[in-house]
Amino acid sequence: MAYTTSQPQPGGFLSRLGFGGKARSRKTAVAAEEMKRVQFTSPVLPYLFLFPQLAVIFIFFYWPSVQAVSSSFYLEDPFGFGSTFVGLSNYTDVIFSSEYQSIALFTAVFTVLVTFLSLSLGLLLAVKADRVIRGASTYKTLLIAIYAIAAPVSGLIGMMIFDQHVGPFVKMMSYFGWHMQVGLNYYDTAFAMTVVAVWKQIPYNFIFFLSGLQNVPVSVREAAMIDCRSGMRRFWTVILPLLAPTAFFLLTINVTYALFDTFGIIDVMVKDKPANNPVTLVYKVYADGFRGNDIGGSSAQSVILMIVVFVLTIFQFRFIERRVHYN
Amino acid sequence: MTMIKKFSMAAMAVAMSATSSLAATNITWWHGMGGRNGEVINEVSQKFNASQTACNLTPISKGTYEEALATGIAAFRSGEQPNILQVFDAGAATIINAKGATVAAEDLINNAGYKFDRNAFIEGVRYFYADSKGKFIGMPFNSSAPIMYVNPQAFEKAGVAVPKTWEEFETVAPKLKEAGFIPMTASQLTWQFTENFFSRQNIQFANNNNGYDSVVDTKMNLTDKNLVMMFEKLKAWSDAGLYKFYGASWNDNQKPFEEGKVAMWIGSSGSFGGLQKTASMPFSADFLPYWSSIKGAGTNTFIGGAALFAMAGKPEAENKCTADFFQFLTSPEIQKFYHQATGYVAITKAAYELAKKEGYYEKTPVAEVGIKQLMLPSGEWSKGYRLGFYPQIRSIMEREYNKIFSGETTVQKAFETIEKEGNDLLTRFAKTAG
Repeated sequence: MAYTTSQPQPGGFLSRLGFGGKARSRKTAVAAEEMKRVQFTSPVLPYLFLFPQLAVIFIFFYWPSVQAVSSSFYLEDPFGFGSTFVGLSNYTDVIFSSEYQSIALFTAVFTVLVTFLSLSLGLLLAVKADRVIRGASTYKTLLIAIYAIAAPVSGLIGMMIFDQHVGPFVKMMSYFGWHMQVGLNYYDTAFAMTVVAVWKQIPYNFIFFLSGLQNVPVSVREAAMIDCRSGMRRFWTVILPLLAPTAFFLLTINVTYALFDTFGIIDVMVKDKPANNPVTLVYKVYADGFRGNDIGGSSAQSVILMIVVFVLTIFQFRFIERRVHYN
Repeated sequence: MTMIKKFSMAAMAVAMSATSSLAATNITWWHGMGGRNGEVINEVSQKFNASQTACNLTPISKGTYEEALATGIAAFRSGEQPNILQVFDAGAATIINAKGATVAAEDLINNAGYKFDRNAFIEGVRYFYADSKGKFIGMPFNSSAPIMYVNPQAFEKAGVAVPKTWEEFETVAPKLKEAGFIPMTASQLTWQFTENFFSRQNIQFANNNNGYDSVVDTKMNLTDKNLVMMFEKLKAWSDAGLYKFYGASWNDNQKPFEEGKVAMWIGSSGSFGGLQKTASMPFSADFLPYWSSIKGAGTNTFIGGAALFAMAGKPEAENKCTADFFQFLTSPEIQKFYHQATGYVAITKAAYELAKKEGYYEKTPVAEVGIKQLMLPSGEWSKGYRLGFYPQIRSIMEREYNKIFSGETTVQKAFETIEKEGNDLLTRFAKTAG
């Protein structure tokens, strides 16, 4: 499937978040209107087709969001007996807590690192795999297979590799004088988490970059080859700009991955007890809400996260997408 | 493998409930235990179902302790709660303070026509899940105490005796180190060196009677000079190589002991069953040491583990069945079975006597250590605590304790931080109850 996707549509991802209408460019909107006129005879029919998707979005996104917003203004007994309206104090408690601030900082650094490393390594591997002729599909399958590993499983693998007592990576590093203590030393744990999170995401980026590369027309490549001998330069000036739509789509996906989908890895790697180890904002929401039963505080945190994602998405589409040319 | 087993057991239990007893009243039990302990829960339920025909009990695993509590709460809010919910020690304040969520175990049993006898339970079990007047709200179930496991080979090699107090530890630990062993590791500092430090040393943990009397203005006494001293000692021992800290994870601290590298490991009396399979050397156990220099120290510890709560809003007939099951569960035979199958302590005196008479403790003396420690004379402050948002408070402690041992903070500063952030959480908790 991945090989035949010509241009991944960011609209698809966005509409899942509920931003579909705004993100669509005018051109596609006009085209869609024409198509509508052609295909649907009854005005109700398109809404009928939309209904299942809208129902899913409503039940699993809007409704819980509204619940989260409303309970973020209360301090509530988890069983639902007593609740006190506290205004914005759940928000101020969270924002001014030094722990929350340090978690937010880690989340930002982690997101940038994971996104940058998994994108660049995925691109590097794709470029190299694109040139391979003999045994190409074997290489590709081996690289892609990792993507089939579930997040908690990759967390478990990471836990074994970085185990304090038996981890092979830890033993190897001790020859170089680095005595890693994942679980005790903040930076060692952060290192291990980043490595596992990047490793898990590379195949995804690889697939998309590879399909992007294979869509670069042979004629363009040949023309570039006549103009310029340096492969490096050809890549930067011709191939990379043509990959920009793919890269932009992957940027959005990778940022969301680092922010949210790494939860499974982190949960497994901190072994239920974060202590002084780094965790991301979404883990904190889980820890306070589901383990600590602090519904108000946890709701406030998830509303903050929603706002962050909202702002980030607008930023990406306003300022970065402008520089991307879709053909 | 255990997952498959668990599923097949659950399926079997469901199948049995469907076939065997059409007229019986069905009750459900949500718990947070996996592995062998989860299987034993199924066995206990089967024994109960086989013992009578009026009731049919179905146990359902909801994952971990935290997940069981979270699912139980969500179910209660939508009116789908089980009859029995297992809640762990740190979640006790959450469920007990939610008045109307549960029926007190004592009332439930008395209403069903039985006579509830508090004195049938051993000392350390009686108060943790009870209200301030001693009435049982939860029915203690899997109960454990923090005890010290010992590697006798290490002590033989070093030619020293097992310490009873921390003062003795300070004299023997250097010799154990010389003999090539890590003198001590410990698996859960929050439970073993904080909550139970207060009870073993008989020191007040929080005002409002350790939080039992009220949630309003409850404050913890975490900058207590003895507690600070304990952790300063731990840090000094760690720096001197007399104690090794491997982080907040339970298993990371247990593993070196299993491998025979450690002389003493502070674990749980409930670790006994697993340790029998994993330890590479023979082992014994002793009480959690205390400071003889602290006046009044040496009192008992209170139970860890979890209790069963009868959820409110259920029909009379189902409550009767729940009461029947609680009675069944606390009967000496079943207690003895559970104690021997899992390593958790027997919670009633009768069950303890029965196991003793049978000669169980002569064969396996380690199994008796936890019970004996819970049966030590109690003090004013040895019965436990009732503090809200306690899982988060524990997380704060874990964070700061890690920082102590990685050198990022000092002991005094760490406890000031925990006290401040912890007391803020208690204030928040008081508001949720309002």
